[in-house]
Amino acid sequence: MVNKLFPKGRLVSLAVPLIAVSLGILIGAIVMLVSGYNPVLGYSALLSGIFSETYYIGETIRSMTPLILAGLAVAFAFRTGLFNIGVEGQVIVGWLASVYVGIIFDLPAIIHLPLAILVGALAGAMWGFIPGFLKARFQVHEVIVTIMMNYIALYTVNYLIRAYLLVPGERTETISPSASLASSFLQSLTDFSRLHYGFIVALLGCIIMWFILWRTSKGYELRAVGFNQHASMYAGMNVQRNIVLSMVISGGFAGVAGSMEGLGTYGYMSILSGFSGVGFDGIAVALLGANTAVGVLLASFLFGGLQVGAITMQSRAGVPTELVDIVIALIIFFVASSYLIRWIMNRIKKEGI
Amino acid sequence: MDLMQVLALVIPAAIYAAAPLILTGLGGLFSERAGVVNIGLEGLMVVGAFTGIVMTLTLEGMGVGPASTWIALLAAVLIGAIFSLFHAVASITFRADQIVSGVALNFLAVGLTVFLVRLMYNKGQTDAIRNRIYRFDVPVLSDIPIIGPLLFANAYITSYIALALVFIVYYVVYYTPFGLRLRSVGEHPMAADTMGINVNKMRYIGVMLSGAFAGLGGAIFAVTVAGNFSGTTIVGQGFMALAALIFGKWNPLGVMGAALFFGLAQALSITGAQIPGLANIPSVFLLIAPYVLTILALAGFVGRADAPKAIGKPYVKGSR
Amino acid sequence: MSYVIEMNNIRKEFPGIVANDNITLQVKKGEIHALLGENGAGKSTLMNVLFGLYQPEKGEIVVRGEKVRITDPNVANRLGIGMVHQHFMLVEKFTVTENIILGNEPKKGGKINIKKAAKEVEKISNQYGLRVDPHAKIENISVGMQQRVEILKTLYRGADILIFDEPTAVLTPQEIQELIGIMKKLVKEGKSIILITHKLKEIMAVCDRCTVIRRGKGIGTVDVSETNPDKLASMMVGREVNFGVEKDPAQPKEVVVSVKDLVVKDSRGVDAVNKLNLDMRAGEILGLAGIEGNGQSELIEAITGLKKAESGSILLNGKEITNMKPRRVTEAGIGHIPEDRHKHGLVLDFTIGENIVLQTYYQKPYSRSGALSYPEIYQKARALIKDFDVRTPSEYTPARALSGGNQQKAIIAREVDRSPDFLIAAQPTRGLDVGAIESIHRRLVVERDKGRAVLLMSLELDEILNVSDRIAVMYEGEIVAIVDADQTNERELGLLMAGGKKEKEGEPHGE
Repeated sequence: MVNKLFPKGRLVSLAVPLIAVSLGILIGAIVMLVSGYNPVLGYSALLSGIFSETYYIGETIRSMTPLILAGLAVAFAFRTGLFNIGVEGQVIVGWLASVYVGIIFDLPAIIHLPLAILVGALAGAMWGFIPGFLKARFQVHEVIVTIMMNYIALYTVNYLIRAYLLVPGERTETISPSASLASSFLQSLTDFSRLHYGFIVALLGCIIMWFILWRTSKGYELRAVGFNQHASMYAGMNVQRNIVLSMVISGGFAGVAGSMEGLGTYGYMSILSGFSGVGFDGIAVALLGANTAVGVLLASFLFGGLQVGAITMQSRAGVPTELVDIVIALIIFFVASSYLIRWIMNRIKKEGI
Repeated sequence: MDLMQVLALVIPAAIYAAAPLILTGLGGLFSERAGVVNIGLEGLMVVGAFTGIVMTLTLEGMGVGPASTWIALLAAVLIGAIFSLFHAVASITFRADQIVSGVALNFLAVGLTVFLVRLMYNKGQTDAIRNRIYRFDVPVLSDIPIIGPLLFANAYITSYIALALVFIVYYVVYYTPFGLRLRSVGEHPMAADTMGINVNKMRYIGVMLSGAFAGLGGAIFAVTVAGNFSGTTIVGQGFMALAALIFGKWNPLGVMGAALFFGLAQALSITGAQIPGLANIPSVFLLIAPYVLTILALAGFVGRADAPKAIGKPYVKGSR
Repeated sequence: MSYVIEMNNIRKEFPGIVANDNITLQVKKGEIHALLGENGAGKSTLMNVLFGLYQPEKGEIVVRGEKVRITDPNVANRLGIGMVHQHFMLVEKFTVTENIILGNEPKKGGKINIKKAAKEVEKISNQYGLRVDPHAKIENISVGMQQRVEILKTLYRGADILIFDEPTAVLTPQEIQELIGIMKKLVKEGKSIILITHKLKEIMAVCDRCTVIRRGKGIGTVDVSETNPDKLASMMVGREVNFGVEKDPAQPKEVVVSVKDLVVKDSRGVDAVNKLNLDMRAGEILGLAGIEGNGQSELIEAITGLKKAESGSILLNGKEITNMKPRRVTEAGIGHIPEDRHKHGLVLDFTIGENIVLQTYYQKPYSRSGALSYPEIYQKARALIKDFDVRTPSEYTPARALSGGNQQKAIIAREVDRSPDFLIAAQPTRGLDVGAIESIHRRLVVERDKGRAVLLMSLELDEILNVSDRIAVMYEGEIVAIVDADQTNERELGLLMAGGKKEKEGEPHGE
């Protein structure tokens, strides 16, 4: 019975992220130790920076929101065999697009807010369409194109803000309240954190991704194309269209991630000196979450929590927040090197017998 | 402003901006020719920039003087090579996805270097170094009319090092046994294996050379352009070098051409406002030009770019 | 005469299987020694042990009387053992010379001395009659010349024991003749050759002795002059093999598929199918014979909508299906068992159930207004697994975990279950063991008897002759002849496949 519930493969695929996270945290502790910090103090400060106050909990959920959507974006593309490193750029254009709608229109909230999110999604989808189209039409590797698209997004968005939307403070105006996700109720509930209604959107995103991939015939098709383009083509599927569609949906998720920042956390968009980081964190989230909706949710919690808790870790234990970046990098490293983990597990199993 | 003045403004600036791109692009060439995608070039440049600045500051503190910078550049080469082992071990030995491993390396590089800066200096960025590498006029050559002022006056010696390395790398890759083996490993690793070439060893060498070159590229950027180090010293130069590698079709001369062209675009985006005719064009077009061109090159609009055949695939003995 | 190579009692295990179990192979100097066995019998494993790619768990290797340990290909090279790989180990972007000297480059200063190398290559190739252009790029030369480069690679390294791994699989009959000549010349010059093959005729034609292995075990070594193909076949398979397929005479009915003046280009833009005409009838198996690369694949891809027809028409039951999308073609009533089951037939990471509905997932009852119904999918899968005797732990097992034969059965189940009027089987038994081959052949006959038109494309003449009712021979994109299977023979087909005219009694044909 147990075997049926947890066939061997399933158990391994659960063990890999868990071991990866443990190893990442362990090496993080060693780094602290070597640098003269007390790891116990550091990590306990970090934990209390996630859980000890409702404010921290609110901030953690807030920071999870774009991570979930960015993670879904990366994961969705992965499922179709595409590596969307361009989530960052798609987040940026989605952010600007939704803020633009938030500023420019004057509509009742019931229309304005969904419209702003939708336009953010469309912008991201459009940004995803280009690499998808180039891949489908010219067999250009999407990784390089999406990297390039990130920079094009960064410079173009900065230019657009500077040229058309600039107000003092190197940023756009604030969006009108009718397009805002901010909630005084949620804020009062969490001791005035920046928590906003966006997390509901993110959870909906998880459900949508799961439903599309596993409960629709289109999702079946996308997964088939992801695993084996040739067999999919032989079976009568339109591989090119699926590649484009996958990148468009992926970009759409990313665009919504951007609108969460624009309509929720900030309410405006600043001129960016560099990338927001949301898109790259999304890669980490998707990898750790094994490209499943639930996995993405859990991984977002881990990474979002780490990032929020890091602030308390720095103030209380003096450990620079960058420790968290190191830990995240190591976790990705170990997840990617699952061959190593599987090999270790096999060794242990053999010795055990 | 006449043409000569425009050129005198733009050409040296282009060469100056291109040098770190050339070096890092050459690094990427070693790795990718051996069959290992390296999008960790950005992170390797970060590590190089960090090493270059911190080492210079430390040596200056010890009273070494102007030689500090040069020793620091050598240190950056070494540390870059060592740091690239992270990518090599993951993607070659542990068969990690090479792109993911590169992403992780970029994360780690920024996290670790800024962490160390905070640890060492108690703030987010280092002090400025005193012994930056400055411009100089090449004796005799700079007196040649026309070419002299453009190519040999007001120049950095590091730019000449970068250009010289282009030709050395070209020779190594196309005319030596090492180059032949390196390319064979990136094209058909199993064939190389049956000919007694140690595929993984060649790939380790390729990746470590990419670390050495990118480390040097990052350090040169830091000691010529930036002068200090923070988390935002290297923002995108590594990816632009990757673009130069692809736009240059994995050929050292191509990398040089692409990097110079990208450098020119950068130079124009900064100085364009002073040049008649360019002043009205938004600088954003020049900023995004390298990336747009790279995409067009990949799509086959600017000549087909063919990647090494076995790129991105880990080599597992005995499997096809 | 002393042995130049002795592999004594070799045992090699892989997780879960014993690939070589106590095999002994002894090769005399100056002979051509065949290593015969079915696909998966362990031939390649044994040779990879000899070439240093694998280490055996047990047994010893003796080369020229000395016991050796071959830890990697370098050691094998030093011992004078060279391998001519089935899948050429050539870097396409390199020149012939560069490929040959790779890993062993003559130097001048720090630079490769390419002139000296090219001269050396030319010298060796003249010595053995291997005509190659030292400066040509691999991607621009013929398959036959590529193979000669592979041979040169071993000779350049001073090999005097050459392993040929299924060397004729990719060659035209002329090239095969040429290769046989080369092998004989090599032996005359004092080399020894091990020929890995499962083709009995080749063994009879060139080999001196033959070692047979079956399911990882050594069966024995025989002198070729004292045996015959039937004996070798039963040694290889382990029982009397009845190569014939039991079937009643065909009762062809109406034309189901009609191809008229079809032109199809291959991936390089050359006309691969050239104004081809062909009719296929219900209740008949039509064999499509031809040497690889004469347009068979392009013909099938054009019929199934995978490749564009430049001109001409394809009719199914009188209705035009030319250049329809693959999905429409499938829906119109064509089943296709593709040549490469891993690449084209299955999504290996999908479960058997998911693979069963690979073409029909969007139709009722598997899918209703875009939403999938897994219970329906797996119910269907269970039924087909039972009907077609697919050996799998469950319908939830990934296709990857099944044996080749069972994967193929699952594909056939899927294709046949749709009740297509026209069934295409492209190389349906490639790489399978004899048991699976027989079952698949029977299944094709059953489908024929249900009144379907069956097109069997195969590169194996035996299969074509035994299973088909009529045989169409394809050469350079055209059907050059259609013959009745019981009124022809291998010799005639071979000639037709090579572009010769239809044979008249007793008329000899030269090359």
